[in-house]
Amino acid sequence: MGSQGGFYQSKEFLDLVKSIGEARSKAEEDRIVLNEIETLKRRISEPDIPKRKMKEYIIRLVYIEMLGHDASFGYIHAVKMTHDDSLLVKRTGYLAVTLFLNEDHDLIILIVNTIQKDLKSDNYLVVCAALNAVCKLINEETIPAVLPQVMELLAHPKEAVRKKAIMALHRFYQKSPSSVSHLVSNFRKRLCDNDPGVMGATLCPLFELIARDVNSYKDLVISFVSILKQVAERRLSKAYDCHQMPAPFIQIKLLKILALLGSGDKQASENMYTVVGDIFRKCDSSSNIGNAVLYECICCVSSIYPNPKLLESAADVISRFLKSDSHNLKYMGIDALGRLIKISPEIAEQHQLAVIDCLEDPDDTLKRKTFELLYKMTKSTNVEVIVDRMIDYMISISDNHYKTEIASRCVELAEQFAPSNQWFIQTMNRVFEHAGDLVNIKVAHSLMRLIAEGFGEDDDNADSKLRSSAVESYLRILGEPKLPSVFLQVICWVLGEYGTADGMFSASDITGKLCDVAEAYSNDETVKAYATTALIKIYAFKIAARRKVDMLPECQSLMEELLASHSTDLQQRAYELQAVIGLDAHAVECIMPSDASCEDIEVDRDLSFLNDYIQEAIEKGAQPYIPESERSGMLNISNFRNQDHHEASSHGLRFEAYELPKPAVQSRIPQALIASTEIVPVPEPMYPRESYQTTMPSIPSDAGSAELKLRLEGVQKKWGRPTYTPATSTSNSTSQKTVNGTSQGDGASTVSSMRETYDSRKPQVEVSHEKQKLAASLFGGSSKTEKRPATGHKAAKASSHMVEKSHVPKSSMEVASDKAASAQQPPDLLDLGEPTATSTALQLDPFKQLEGLLDTTEVASAVNGAPAASVSPDIMALYVDTAAGIHNKNDADLLSGLSNPSVTNMPGTTAMPQVTQSSSKRPNPKDSLEKDALVRQMGVNPSSQNPNLFKDLLG
Amino acid sequence: MIKAVMVMNTQGKPRLAKFFDFLPVEKQQELIRRVFGVLCSRPENVSNFIEAESIFGPDSRLVYNHFATLYFVVVFDSSENELVMLDLIQLLVQQTLERCFKNVCELDIVFNYSKIHTILDEIILGGQVLETRSTEIMRAVEEISKLEAATNAISFIPKSASSWLSR
Repeated sequence: MGSQGGFYQSKEFLDLVKSIGEARSKAEEDRIVLNEIETLKRRISEPDIPKRKMKEYIIRLVYIEMLGHDASFGYIHAVKMTHDDSLLVKRTGYLAVTLFLNEDHDLIILIVNTIQKDLKSDNYLVVCAALNAVCKLINEETIPAVLPQVMELLAHPKEAVRKKAIMALHRFYQKSPSSVSHLVSNFRKRLCDNDPGVMGATLCPLFELIARDVNSYKDLVISFVSILKQVAERRLSKAYDCHQMPAPFIQIKLLKILALLGSGDKQASENMYTVVGDIFRKCDSSSNIGNAVLYECICCVSSIYPNPKLLESAADVISRFLKSDSHNLKYMGIDALGRLIKISPEIAEQHQLAVIDCLEDPDDTLKRKTFELLYKMTKSTNVEVIVDRMIDYMISISDNHYKTEIASRCVELAEQFAPSNQWFIQTMNRVFEHAGDLVNIKVAHSLMRLIAEGFGEDDDNADSKLRSSAVESYLRILGEPKLPSVFLQVICWVLGEYGTADGMFSASDITGKLCDVAEAYSNDETVKAYATTALIKIYAFKIAARRKVDMLPECQSLMEELLASHSTDLQQRAYELQAVIGLDAHAVECIMPSDASCEDIEVDRDLSFLNDYIQEAIEKGAQPYIPESERSGMLNISNFRNQDHHEASSHGLRFEAYELPKPAVQSRIPQALIASTEIVPVPEPMYPRESYQTTMPSIPSDAGSAELKLRLEGVQKKWGRPTYTPATSTSNSTSQKTVNGTSQGDGASTVSSMRETYDSRKPQVEVSHEKQKLAASLFGGSSKTEKRPATGHKAAKASSHMVEKSHVPKSSMEVASDKAASAQQPPDLLDLGEPTATSTALQLDPFKQLEGLLDTTEVASAVNGAPAASVSPDIMALYVDTAAGIHNKNDADLLSGLSNPSVTNMPGTTAMPQVTQSSSKRPNPKDSLEKDALVRQMGVNPSSQNPNLFKDLLG
Repeated sequence: MIKAVMVMNTQGKPRLAKFFDFLPVEKQQELIRRVFGVLCSRPENVSNFIEAESIFGPDSRLVYNHFATLYFVVVFDSSENELVMLDLIQLLVQQTLERCFKNVCELDIVFNYSKIHTILDEIILGGQVLETRSTEIMRAVEEISKLEAATNAISFIPKSASSWLSR
């Protein structure tokens, strides 16, 4: 049997194949193959193997490798075979190396010389074999070695060789356009080859060249049209026919090329109308390949400058496709319809029923294609039906890849065309419920934002109604057994923010539910964190309303559990909860204003509220603050030597130390710093500077701005993800310590700062309001069917979004809000928030912003426009690493781009003075302070409930 | 561009695999397995097309055809059209293999492994369809077959291996 075609195979190979074929299990098959490998390994290295045997061994190796086993021991033998004189052995060698090796394999270097020689061979079969290998094995570096030979072969007398030479050249172009860019004119020349096969082969590279640069090939339109005409008129030899179609493969390639050349070019397109029309008429639609040509004609017609007659023909063909019984043709019909509706949207209407049929078809491929079409057809009039269908389908499938895609499409359409906000929220709920873990977290954020912001209309009543209905629906949904984490986060946030807002549900209802959530999803720290924060809010609102707070027992126990949690984040939240409950109504009102999630947080960058304090300090003999720029040189040096902690720290602190009255103190500060540098920069020793600076603020935290720190924590954590770098928990513990030893002492100054910030915030709020109005008018306008208005709406939203950037965290933050803001809300936020900035940002690029919203990757740059744009991803990465030691690292998640610059700059500018003050100012408190800081930074937290905590950190 | 041609039987055993961009063996195996997983879950009488982005990455589609105990699969990107690829499978199976083997069956493909590769090399080169005339393909294959038959007769006198090792 094996010799049937002359390709001789030995009995051994047949036996191998047979035994593999009869293997009853994968294990048995593996055993047989491993046996075979052993045999081959032994035999192949024997001396004096006859060529015929060797050839067979190699074929067996190829076969074994196809079955998934490693045959690399035989590669070298395959390479040797290519050197053989006998064509057959050589061919086998080439076949084996093309299957075994990739173009970067070390052995290629041993083949290049042979290929060079073979390309010059007199025997065209040898040349063809070598060209096959060239296409597969030559990489950018080796192209020059064979290029001259391949170029010569373009004029080879055999058409088979010319064809392959063109393909080889095409391959070179794909791999390294620059290496053959001077030779592309050869493709044009070969287009005129007198062999149609060669001409047909030339179309492949030309198609690619034209796709990259249409304009340089416009002059060829006439040639292509005339070639197509001749082909269609059966001027080519019968051998090219396929099911009575004249050279369909060439026709299709030509139609593809014409589609590119005629796109948006009326003049070029006019040359094509006749021939395309002819093909439409002549094409035999009974054969598969005939339909392929027809389909390609439709693609061409929908791409070139529209011609009514051709569009009509195309529409006819489409309806024939759609009415066909063949699923393949229906599929092509749907695809073609998707192309044509871009030009003539009305054509879809006549095929409504056919489309609906395809949607109900059992064929998954067809269904998906139809959804793709619907996606293209969506308008605000039909969005409800389409998205509904999509979600139904999404629920029914298990393929995560497609589920993700369709979920994101649902979200996109809903955001673009939502007829009402009620519907939007319901739709989002369904998407989250069924594909929650596949949906981008940003979608969840935008949903929360939407609920928080309302809809831009002034109708507060409608907004609160919407919120009530959201709360109600979430309370209901919470009854479902297994909900995705992302969705739970949204639910917790909304319940916390608005659960008790309308008075329909009592605080104990909501808190009970939240505790249930935290208990039911006890493995999910993020959800637990959201739930805890929501609890804080509920209680804060209650306190602010001057009502008595009685904690539910389950809530109490939850809090106790979290106080001892291994997660410092949860622990901190629990402490915050504890702290909030202990505050009086006035304080709670300040830190946790009700329904203020959309308010902006004003950041007092200059920390002017500290002026008095600084003044006082300086009067008492403290060193004035030295700006970073003056200080940086020194710091740099110390940082470069970061490895050598001692030296580094003494460098960094020298200027401080000399002034101090007490030398003893001097040694302590270094220690604190040592500690911090030790812990923090471990993952990234290259960038110790940030970490150094950023650790500074934590030192004075107890003294002056403990609250600041504390607030910060609360704020960002809320939005953080559970997966922090180990170092982060150090900072957590630090701040948490701060909470413990609560220092609410300087309430006065912080409150005043708050006032300030509130005042300056007002104008921005108005601006965002206006934007919202604009958005609403755009969105609610009569021209709903167009995509543009929707985008406008989105853009406006996005602009307010950057304002939200700041308030989202704020809303979520509990204890902290304002003071936090003043200490370290990123300055860029502030900049953005300012009216002028907002408007410029708005003009920036609404579309980009829109994309950003939906984009999984980097929202940062798109969303916050200019300022963040300058932040390179590297810095960001760096930030995430180094900022681990800082309290606001959570920021990184949500505000990444925004917070970035602030973090890198701020500590230097804001925190330093405090350090200097506190150190030189009040020796005694300072002493204890430093001890405390040191202790905390060393990770020995006296109040910590679980010392184990730090094992992971330091280990 | 065509990314891969695969032949596998209805039990999922690969019978032929040709990837036009190099992939490591393990990756090839994984892809074959996943393709088979999709194929065997397809009901009868549906289209021959599958969106293969979840398997082969963005911009990849797959056309398959089922002949007796074999699946013939072609993976390609958006620069090709599905019906054409379907026709290419027909060309390969019905107009070429059928002529080579008369009533081609799974065993023919298994036993003439290298010949099938030769045929494919004639039809597709570097991921582009090069030759669609079955007569031409047949002629090229015949030529090699003839040579092979001739060499087989000759090579019964084994050349000394030392001569080729020294090369």
